[in-house]
Amino acid sequence: MIDSIGSRLQELAGPGSSWRAANPAGHVGRRRVVPLLLMALLCPELADAAPGMVETSAAAWWVWPLALFVVCFFLGIIAVPAGVGGGVLFVPLVSGFFPFHLDYVRGAGLLVALSSALAAGPSLLRAGLANMRVALPLALIASFSSMLGALLGLALPDSVVRIALGIAILGIVAVMLLARKSEYPDVQASDRLATLLGMHGVFVDGASGQQVAWRMHRTPQGLALFLFIGVLAGMFGLGAGWANVPALNLVMGAPLKVAAGSSSFILSLVDSSAAWIYLNNGAVLPVIAAPSVIGMMLGAKIGARLLHVLKASIIRRLVIAMLLFAGGRALMVGLGIGI
Amino acid sequence: MNKISIAPEQIRYAEWLRWSGWLGLAVLVGAFGLYVTGVLPPVIPVDQLPQVWRLPSRELMLQHGLQGGWSWIRSITRGDMLNMLGIAILSGCSALPLLAVTGIYLRRGDRLFAALCLLQVAVLVLAASGLIAPGH
Repeated sequence: MIDSIGSRLQELAGPGSSWRAANPAGHVGRRRVVPLLLMALLCPELADAAPGMVETSAAAWWVWPLALFVVCFFLGIIAVPAGVGGGVLFVPLVSGFFPFHLDYVRGAGLLVALSSALAAGPSLLRAGLANMRVALPLALIASFSSMLGALLGLALPDSVVRIALGIAILGIVAVMLLARKSEYPDVQASDRLATLLGMHGVFVDGASGQQVAWRMHRTPQGLALFLFIGVLAGMFGLGAGWANVPALNLVMGAPLKVAAGSSSFILSLVDSSAAWIYLNNGAVLPVIAAPSVIGMMLGAKIGARLLHVLKASIIRRLVIAMLLFAGGRALMVGLGIGI
Repeated sequence: MNKISIAPEQIRYAEWLRWSGWLGLAVLVGAFGLYVTGVLPPVIPVDQLPQVWRLPSRELMLQHGLQGGWSWIRSITRGDMLNMLGIAILSGCSALPLLAVTGIYLRRGDRLFAALCLLQVAVLVLAASGLIAPGH
């Protein structure tokens, strides 16, 4: 299939296309597309260092975006059953194994997370699983701080951001391993701010078919947490579902399903604000952003259909292993150790 | 009898978000198709992309004379810049649904949430304005 896509792309590029003109003797044959993709993904340094590959990478500019589309498609498939957003997988993996500058990877990461949230948001709102009275105040705080995070991320040196990204990813792994989920947290009484904002409601649990009444507490602590979450989301382009859900569920007492649904609504606003900062500062390249968004959304649709087939616990362990590897690599690249 | 009533503002927000999100995605997919097939020539030649995507964003802007902000609008007929339109629609598509539900909150006398909606729109407009940039 990849062969045929490569063939089609070559036909579309045409004899007068600029990449052929730049390298008329060395066009990439169909039989080389699959090895190129594999080599590019498994060992980007070799692809850059080997003289033959330098020539190839200069000619076949589309190999990397095509590889990006394929990788994002598979990330989209595993993200849904693993219960993580696309951005948290996308940024560490793509920044670690593709030749793109971190600025564009973070810009694309925000758009990937944003697109996923926009796709899921409407149905979650209609089902009552996303609650605007919960999400709107938190999103306002986090979207403001995500702009500051984006500005900070673009201003800091690349190595510093990579080190911080590595530490953040390893921290996310710790959260994924240690944070326990509470299906229906026991909230004895709402605090005054939660009462003022009307942070309570009823939803129908699809599994049991029962109506579940809920309310929230510790709102000031929650607002402070979302201020911090926004900075991380904007700085690293990670999306923030990995942090939103534990903050809403474990700290503020929202039922797990309401936390997950409202997190998606919050993401759609937080990532929008940060994405504008990247867009306005030249840190969004269409050749990276578009295949990432399209690949991830197609993959997520397949992932949602495979939800009952794939074993979630195994996928989750795979994701944790991938994040450990990618986070460790980001840290080593930032520190200049052995890479 | 397990039906629960969903707040009308959530229903309206969901409808507006669904349409604006799909519009952004459709424009992005269409623009990307025109870009990679070479139907619309890009500002940055595709054979230069492997050098370009290694550069920090500020260096790329300097080398190619890009001004940031909304300057891409001036080159909207170029393949790569047309993609920015799809990305801008996706990044800004929450603003209209927020404005659409502000009226519902106001009619109900819920001035707090109407104000929160307007503040959120203000944050999005500030982010999109291009007025804030990192100090290097």
